[in-house]
Amino acid sequence: MNVVPLKHDAPATADASAAVASAPAAARPYSKTDIPARAGVSFKHDHTNDILADAGDVAFLEVHAENYMGDGGHPHRTLERIRRDHPLSLHGVCMSLGGPQPLNADHLQRFKALVDRYEPGLVSEHLAWSTHDDVFYNDLLPLPYTRETLSHVCDHIDQMQSAIGRTILLENPATYVLFDDAEMTETDFLHAIVHRTGCGLLLDLNNVFVSATNHHFSAMEYLDAFPLHAVGEIHLAGHTEQTDDEGELLLIDSHNRPVADPVWALYERVLDRTGPITTLVEWDSDLPEWPVLRAEAGAANAIIEKIQRRHSAVFGSRHAVSA
Amino acid sequence: MPSALEQQNEMFTGGLLAPQTPTPYNLTGPEGKGANKRYDVYRNNVTVSLTDALVDIFPAVHRLLGDTFFRGLAREYVRSHPPQSPLLFLYGEHFADFIQGHDATQDVPYIADVARIERAWLTAYHAADRAPLNPADLGAITPEVLGNVVFAAKPGTAIVNSRYATFTIFAMNRDMLEQAPVDASMPEHTLITRPDVDVIVTPLTEAEAVFFAALLSKSPATLEEAAEAALGVDQSFDLNAALSKMIGTGAASNVALRKDHTQTDAITELEIDHEHDLE
Repeated sequence: MNVVPLKHDAPATADASAAVASAPAAARPYSKTDIPARAGVSFKHDHTNDILADAGDVAFLEVHAENYMGDGGHPHRTLERIRRDHPLSLHGVCMSLGGPQPLNADHLQRFKALVDRYEPGLVSEHLAWSTHDDVFYNDLLPLPYTRETLSHVCDHIDQMQSAIGRTILLENPATYVLFDDAEMTETDFLHAIVHRTGCGLLLDLNNVFVSATNHHFSAMEYLDAFPLHAVGEIHLAGHTEQTDDEGELLLIDSHNRPVADPVWALYERVLDRTGPITTLVEWDSDLPEWPVLRAEAGAANAIIEKIQRRHSAVFGSRHAVSA
Repeated sequence: MPSALEQQNEMFTGGLLAPQTPTPYNLTGPEGKGANKRYDVYRNNVTVSLTDALVDIFPAVHRLLGDTFFRGLAREYVRSHPPQSPLLFLYGEHFADFIQGHDATQDVPYIADVARIERAWLTAYHAADRAPLNPADLGAITPEVLGNVVFAAKPGTAIVNSRYATFTIFAMNRDMLEQAPVDASMPEHTLITRPDVDVIVTPLTEAEAVFFAALLSKSPATLEEAAEAALGVDQSFDLNAALSKMIGTGAASNVALRKDHTQTDAITELEIDHEHDLE
């Protein structure tokens, strides 16, 4: 297998977070493990024994942070076991970075405790909100892209990054509605966030495809405008189909089936531009048997290897010419 | 005064749990398309995901009521009691009271106590890790002062007292007991504990329930006081058997003489459903 470490424009985030986390290394249960530019999968408890028996070429596991915010018991016992053998990515779902109200201080503290305990290679959250007043809606709600919301999101990212002592990756959302008072595009909004906060990005290609279909824009043009230099992780997932008010196709980001062909195609085109990037296959409901999920990661790794061969061939021929 | 953005978010969330509320006016689809079914995606995500969370938290209640009936109740609960924490494993705190007071469940009066056992089960599942009481610690106490010891409940320990056969009904509907005909009107008491990482449920006699409740409450009775209370309920109460049960189930984490305040500070609250204590 050709595993040339073709270090593309490496995400500033990974380096910055490594620098922060490597300081007090003594007496840590795990060594900080950087996550390779290979494919991993969402970790689900149902797959624990399968993973411990044969993880295949699954390079890392990603968990939803909130599922491990209980005090003790099975979840932590299991995650400790998994973490001993595998790099871990910690993916927050409920921080509500995208709303105007202050972040939940208890939640921030719980998040920091998880980062300190498990030393994940990557930490990510969403460009969305989920709490309003004192109600938690358990969904990733959309925000209008305006100067005002930009300021809230950046303040919240600053607050989260300083609380946990790490840079985070921010994920682009899948959306179903547009706001009539939006002032900028999603990609301009993301550029501004990266510039102001120094955070990295989690590029969810299924979300790009879902939003592009739902809002009639070109996924490729969106990706042309996307700050790819800041991407530290890619998400791939499956979606389902519904219809909108006019009976036209409306895609739902459902994470309950294999990655769709057009999303694989976007993936290959992005990697061709960036080189290999840490990639997660998400699958959160209607869970398949472990071999099915492992095979999805295998399909992503096959594309990563193909890109590596293509890039090293280009690099090799240039090298030959210059020699 | 809320900002325009806060008002917009108020409007966006206002319809999420209220299906008859119109789609917020500032939402649209591309090229001026309508946003009703688009906004409905969010309504659906919120309601279905929270309803699913209740199905996961209360699987025996779900099985007993059937999917359609359960989801109907759960939807009402989600709309009247939406979660206030992003930690969904805490959700459903008031669900037992809600279904107990609901007109539609009056012919299954035991269902609320089954829900109480299930809620306590999940709380125990996520409770803090703490070593169970070491029997040697109890053995080391001189017999003369044994009556004066107090115990600390291990995190997650709970008792659900019921007028109905809810231990049996719970256990059968979590596949812990074979399904068999049950006389639901037999009162049963259930101890929920987590000796290590697996939650266990144990039936208690009425006297044992009184004994454990006294012994493991936040302001614990001494062993002697708890035993007297249990004997007051049932003269044949077997103290040794009850202590063995306490040790075997991992209900307590440590033991101390009452005077020793540094030890009793570590005592954690035992959740007991006093509302349903038998007369």
